[in-house]
Amino acid sequence: MNATVGSLVSRDDVFAVLETVKDPEVPVISVVELGIVRDAEVRDGHVTVTVTPTYSGCPAMREIEDDIRSALLAAGAREVTVHMVFAPAWTTDWIGAEAREKLRAYGIAPPGRAEQGGLIALTRRRAPVPCPFCGSSDTRLQSEFGSTACKAIHTCNACRQPFDEFKAI
Amino acid sequence: MATDQELDETHEDSAAAETSAALDVAPYNVAGSRGPAFGDPLFEYLLRLGDDRLVLGHRLSEWCGHGPILEEDIAVANFALDLIGQANMFLGLAGQVEGQGRDADALAFFRDNTRFRNALLVELPRGDFGFTMVRQFLFDAFSVVQLDALASCGHAELAAVAAKSLKEDKYHLRHSSEWVVRLGDGTEESHRRVQEALNALWRYTGELFERDAIDAGVEAHGIVFDHDAAKARWDAIVHDVLQRATLEVPQVKLMASGGRRGRHTEHLGHLLSVMQSVARAHPGASW
Repeated sequence: MNATVGSLVSRDDVFAVLETVKDPEVPVISVVELGIVRDAEVRDGHVTVTVTPTYSGCPAMREIEDDIRSALLAAGAREVTVHMVFAPAWTTDWIGAEAREKLRAYGIAPPGRAEQGGLIALTRRRAPVPCPFCGSSDTRLQSEFGSTACKAIHTCNACRQPFDEFKAI
Repeated sequence: MATDQELDETHEDSAAAETSAALDVAPYNVAGSRGPAFGDPLFEYLLRLGDDRLVLGHRLSEWCGHGPILEEDIAVANFALDLIGQANMFLGLAGQVEGQGRDADALAFFRDNTRFRNALLVELPRGDFGFTMVRQFLFDAFSVVQLDALASCGHAELAAVAAKSLKEDKYHLRHSSEWVVRLGDGTEESHRRVQEALNALWRYTGELFERDAIDAGVEAHGIVFDHDAAKARWDAIVHDVLQRATLEVPQVKLMASGGRRGRHTEHLGHLLSVMQSVARAHPGASW
């Protein structure tokens, strides 16, 4: 980063810095692309960033807060406050098209559209998630709970590769 | 008795203060860890929400490294993580409402069992995997109904936490429902075991829908929960899944109760002695 002291004056400046802060669990997308940065404000070098957690118990949130703080301090912020909000609740629908493509290229199937309403869909047949490696739709869900809170595990019947899906929530 | 307890606490507090002074660290706020005292209704209500999830989350975490298959080990750990994360939000809010400087950690680790407000259902030992999944299913069905109602309640902060938690619990409910069907409609052995689990657990489901003065007390905060409607919704979900699972709905006349008022089974104390041991050995420690 070439940011010099005092270069953080606008909300856009802050977002530009945060574009460089990656999700520690999925290091190909930034915290902005992930959709967890809800707002930012600069007042006399004091930066306030409003973030919302992905999952309630996501253990990476504290690390993300630290990363946000150190990136902004390095970019010239005098002081940084990370403010946590719970509403509106985070949804994978906030992850943009470009970030979805980055996830796929990294080997993680991007999320489908989050469901609205309804309590249970026990017998609903879920559409197969396309394999991020070979593109085949001949895949099966292994488990809706994977290596991190935000992922499900699938297996591709075509290329025999197990893969993660960033699950829709 | 209350006087004895107060004396006891005073004594403990001064002892803790001396230790803190000797170690030159700020004393951690552990006020009011004991006794059956009831606080403000909103505080109590938030404790109920937080404690259900904290205690069940801890029970689930006992499976970590012991799951029957790798995917389930991971799934159960994920459930535990979500529930403990939710407990952190509910108890954090409870601490703010109480206004005595206690944070979520102080409430989780420095209250004794009579101060816990979880339902008895969630503190029962984990049993076998079938028992764990049947209990999870019964709780998940309650939780989604409860959170769905609270997500639109008049208390903005509670509504936000409920809406967030609901998204996660819908995934839990689907997963635990699938297991109940798979095991119930599985082999003779799996059917027998989950039917037995269901029979043992059923008497703990009544408490989930009890209404008392705390529920009436929070209505002033815009938190209105229709227990009868919730029960009807829960019944519909549970009966549907049990039918698919070829399991029989147990006939139980007398429901167990007491957790919401701090009267717990012996199991909670044992759970807390494990869960709280590190925090109590090193109050205020961080890393």
